[in-house]
Amino acid sequence: MSERAPEQVATTYREAVRAGLREALQREPRAFLMGEDIGRYGGCYAVTKGMLDEFGPERIRDTPLSESGFVGAGIGAAMAGMRPIVEVMTCNFSLLCLDQILNNAATIRHMSGGQFSVPIVIRMATGAGRQLAAQHSHSLEGWYAHIPGIRVLAPATLEDGRGMLWTAMNDPDPVLIFENIMLYNMGGTIDAAAGAVDIDRAVVRRPGRDVSLLTYGGSLWKTLEAAATLKEQGIDAEVIDLRTLRPLDDATIMESVRKTRRAVIVDEGWRSGSISAEIATRIVEQAFWSLDAPITRVCTEEVPIPYPKHLEDAALPSREKIEAAVRKVVGR
Amino acid sequence: MGEFRMPSLGSDMEKGTLVEWLKKPGDTVRPGDVVAVIETEKGAIEIEAFEAGTFERSLVDIGQTVPVGTPIAVINGGVRPSAPIAAPAAAVPRQAASAPPMAPRIAGPVEGLKVSPAARKLAAERGIDVTQIRGSGPDGSIVFTDVESYAPGVKPTAQAPIPSAPSKEKRATPPDMGMRSIIAAATARSKREIPHYYLSHEVDITRALKWLAKTNTRRTPDERLLPAVLLLKALARALRKHPGFNGFYEENAFRLSDRIHIGVAIAIRGGGLVAPAIHDTDKLSLDDLMERLRDLVTRVRQGRFRSSEISDPTITLTSLGERGVDTVIPVIYPPQVAILGAGTPRKQPMIADGKVRVRDVITLSLAGDHRASDGHSGALFLVAWANLLQHPEEL
Repeated sequence: MSERAPEQVATTYREAVRAGLREALQREPRAFLMGEDIGRYGGCYAVTKGMLDEFGPERIRDTPLSESGFVGAGIGAAMAGMRPIVEVMTCNFSLLCLDQILNNAATIRHMSGGQFSVPIVIRMATGAGRQLAAQHSHSLEGWYAHIPGIRVLAPATLEDGRGMLWTAMNDPDPVLIFENIMLYNMGGTIDAAAGAVDIDRAVVRRPGRDVSLLTYGGSLWKTLEAAATLKEQGIDAEVIDLRTLRPLDDATIMESVRKTRRAVIVDEGWRSGSISAEIATRIVEQAFWSLDAPITRVCTEEVPIPYPKHLEDAALPSREKIEAAVRKVVGR
Repeated sequence: MGEFRMPSLGSDMEKGTLVEWLKKPGDTVRPGDVVAVIETEKGAIEIEAFEAGTFERSLVDIGQTVPVGTPIAVINGGVRPSAPIAAPAAAVPRQAASAPPMAPRIAGPVEGLKVSPAARKLAAERGIDVTQIRGSGPDGSIVFTDVESYAPGVKPTAQAPIPSAPSKEKRATPPDMGMRSIIAAATARSKREIPHYYLSHEVDITRALKWLAKTNTRRTPDERLLPAVLLLKALARALRKHPGFNGFYEENAFRLSDRIHIGVAIAIRGGGLVAPAIHDTDKLSLDDLMERLRDLVTRVRQGRFRSSEISDPTITLTSLGERGVDTVIPVIYPPQVAILGAGTPRKQPMIADGKVRVRDVITLSLAGDHRASDGHSGALFLVAWANLLQHPEEL
């Protein structure tokens, strides 16, 4: 075997997720896709476009508009030995199947005394920024991260968009994957042979000394842009991509915060009772004596997400808000 | 505030014995006031209050030995402690073989002062009083790096009064073995960790001694200046131009101190020595310096010096005075990075203007930490010191 540099291919986040789905169906005969408009229409965000032709109607299943019904069917299929990958169009509609996720998927291993497991993967779009108005712009990944018994992933990069799925498929318990809608068109290059990635660890996307910026999903890129601007102002920010919101990778978070002694959490969820609140509490519990400044959060304003573009932008975490929060905690 | 605790006056101190209370219930306490005298292996040390308040009551009896961090008194700063403070349970009997080392106690919040948790913890570990630190963090808060880079110095408030009634028996020099083991630990660590280099220089001090004799003829004996003050003042001035020898080597890095606190090695009767600081040596006139030196020597001989004097020196001078020895090759006191030595002044032939003359000569020496400086900069520093001694009227 001759050694050569890995081939890089241009792709988008949408195509990377699709590549992950195709690989899963090719490798795992028990796997199938199920969801609203994923077959003939190719998916609301066009992630599954072309897959009906490639894999056929047995494995790419359009469902009625009935989240509780098809997520429940997916849970049943998983218990019966299949490896269903269910797409809930957006997390906004997932509240209709919250009972299935919380009361069935997350509890059956426990309630059956370990006789049954639910190896289901549920994908859903999350986030705001496309002027879809209040009912279609929620970020509910933090809610799901509250639930013991499931794993919650937030892929932010092309590699994670493609590689987290296969690892999630091998998890014997339910895994929820939240894809931020603002990422689907994000382009870049990826190793042609990119494959499975771990779903346990947070990753330092940018090392720094002065402050730890903890974020995930769609906010990662705003945070990295803010860090680049701050660097020009002499503030060396470390950016952590949490990747997995449940279970949180406390070790990586605390290692960073103990080093920089300051933390700013960037979270597209609402502030009260958010995943950012959970992270802040853990930092206080585990790294209090390393802190030099109050832990600060940049979250979505506590309003229904507005429709007008300027108000929607004002409601969401932005590069400017992140920079201002960082300057405050480092005292500059 | 509330609890006043047995302070740690060095990482090697585990416990202290209460010798004397200098405040009684109802007394007003100002920062810098001497609250009590404790006996440690380093000797009897006056411990100072960091905050203002009213001395409410003592929690430890005279003669009682307690571990570092134990509350020993309640000093009420206007805010009453929320819970009654129990007398220390961990008190160890006097003369106990050893007390278990305690983790440094972290002080509670100080009213009107923002101190980050990280800063508070480091300050507790290093025994630093955070009220003396200027904060650089958000809203003027004191953060980790402020404590890390803090060079302890004199308190901005009035000098602590020297108690007028020296006690009789408890003020005795501590057992030789205690003092000896402290010196053993410090010097062994120094020789183990510090790559010393040594320089020495023979200096003509005829002019300086003549100037001193002339100055002293007009003075009463208790106002007279000793050669040591010229050495100290010239050294402090040389340090201003060569700051690379003034500071601390800690955690693999040298930190300059912007204040100059020269430690003066003083032998203790009965064996051993200490090198307490003369704070801000460079800012004192020769007369003030002489007064401080007399006061310090007297108190050291009595076994009484202040906690800040022990922990603050940024460099040390050891002078063999009249012991008749030409050269001293001293050992650096960590975490300082240099120590200067002065031998006994002597008359010897020297060549000046092409002729052999009898001159007053002293051998000055420098031991430097090679991690912080080199022989080149050391030589410049040593010569600068010597040159300043040539113009005593300017000191």
